[in-house]
Amino acid sequence: MNETPLLSQVDSIIEKYDGSKERLIQMLLDLQKASGQNHIPGDCIIKLSDKLNMPASAVFEVATFYSMFNMEPKGKYIIEVCKSAPCHVSGSKNVSEMFEDALKIKMGETTPDNLFTLQYSSCFGGCDVSPAVKIDDTVYGNLTMEKINEIIDMYRRK
Amino acid sequence: MAKIVKLISKNFGNITPGSVEDYVKAGGYAGLRKAMQMDPQKIIEEVKKSNLMGRGGAGYPTGVKWEQAYANPNKPEYVVCNGDEGEPGTYKDRFILSKDPLRLIEGMTIAAYVFKIKEGYIYVRGEYLGLQDIINGAIKNAEKANYLGDNILGSDFSFHIQVVWGAGAYVCGENTALLESIEGKSGRPRKKPPYLTHVGLHQAPTLLQNVETYSNISYIVEHGGEEYASYGTKYSGGTKLVCLSGNVVNRGVYEIPFGTPIREILYEIGGGIPNGRKLKFVQLGGSSGACFKDDKLDTPMCYKALRDNRLKLGSGALLVVDDSNCVIDFLKCITEFFIHESCGKCTPCREGNTRIYETIDKFSKGEAKLEDLSTLSRLSEVMKNASFCGLGQAATTALTDCMKYMKDEFLEHIDGHCRAGVCSMFSEEE
Repeated sequence: MNETPLLSQVDSIIEKYDGSKERLIQMLLDLQKASGQNHIPGDCIIKLSDKLNMPASAVFEVATFYSMFNMEPKGKYIIEVCKSAPCHVSGSKNVSEMFEDALKIKMGETTPDNLFTLQYSSCFGGCDVSPAVKIDDTVYGNLTMEKINEIIDMYRRK
Repeated sequence: MAKIVKLISKNFGNITPGSVEDYVKAGGYAGLRKAMQMDPQKIIEEVKKSNLMGRGGAGYPTGVKWEQAYANPNKPEYVVCNGDEGEPGTYKDRFILSKDPLRLIEGMTIAAYVFKIKEGYIYVRGEYLGLQDIINGAIKNAEKANYLGDNILGSDFSFHIQVVWGAGAYVCGENTALLESIEGKSGRPRKKPPYLTHVGLHQAPTLLQNVETYSNISYIVEHGGEEYASYGTKYSGGTKLVCLSGNVVNRGVYEIPFGTPIREILYEIGGGIPNGRKLKFVQLGGSSGACFKDDKLDTPMCYKALRDNRLKLGSGALLVVDDSNCVIDFLKCITEFFIHESCGKCTPCREGNTRIYETIDKFSKGEAKLEDLSTLSRLSEVMKNASFCGLGQAATTALTDCMKYMKDEFLEHIDGHCRAGVCSMFSEEE
């Protein structure tokens, strides 16, 4: 298997958290962010476990427990459509359909240019503007087709 | 007439979040200054007088918790803040963290002063990573102004706060699971007892409260417990941040005095149901909370009055559901959430939610039979009694209530009819 470029960053991320096992989740968050494809490659997990002197299975266990971590590459931007009850009763189904139309992919898929992944999410607290979506760390709400196209264009130009 | 009060929300939108200068100008840190001139036991007394209950959902009296922790020969070594609000429809902690984080920090610092604690943690759900700069900035600013860090305000009291981010797990809102997560592990709940005030973070006694609970402390210390309590009812002191969501005109976070009837919150503050629709039901306290119809709307927001009506305040989320929604479809959505969020540690929760989903799905397809109703009752009874933690125990609250108050709709689905026209069998039948 080819080495992922991210592997070289493992050391500096461990250093940032003083090599403390307790900061494993924070390290994984940083690694995923640095990956550019919103995932944590397997070789990085193994290197992390070596350096932290932990069994690789223990690191995998944590990485697969939390829903924000992905083991497979995703799009550069993950568009998360909330499907919890407050958004559900406010019409989140229409929002996922509008995104599917705008991106020409289905829920759970990634665009061919690897720019966007479209997926569902549990409540992220955007209920005041529901139905809401979250892209990276930003929440967008009160969506219309026009607004969705504007948002997608903005991320394409980024 | 329903009134909105501003004890802990007064700075929302009025100051630069995290700016010590702004915060102090608005009266901030008067509580800490006063606390540091007080005997710790006197502070605990004021918190007891305030009738403040834990705002995370369980509603345990904060003053009693502090008194018990103080009486323990092994005093708490950590102040931990639960900012993992994952209960759908709850976003009040986001408001505090993003609009007035110093109020939380001040509250935690007062708690640390009472117990002579040196280390504190704020655990925030990963979904709120967008608030990283505001929260970290607030801590840095407080340290720079000597309200946090070494030798606070020139005294020998030192207290440091570290922010720890979650990575997407509703179960981490459970206090013991949250500590596991701070320790860098998967967030699976621990066995209780021992309680956290005896064995908590790193096996040491720990004081753990919700964001909103800590955020009330500075007001209570500055103005006295009695004044704070006077805003509320005999059984519930002070104010509560409620989060309105769903089919209601004015969605948002509002600070209301305890005792306000739910109807006033929904219709006067919330502006009622939009689009000329009618109220179907309300769910109080998030997806694990109770569902009820119009007949309970006059219940005042008060821990005791709610309990007398078999309701629980929970996180203070009020989800309004109008008559365009189908109760079966709603329960499918709720159950999907719990399937996703169950940590898998215990069988009743891990398997129960899936079996419930399968059974409800039969209703939505018009394939259910009368005995499926008793299957649902049995499953939820087992989950309620046999699940390891609150997640599984409360996962079927909505189901139980909906089966009780909207049984006619379940029966209609058995007959192949969905009155809201949401369930797919309807269109197939047409």
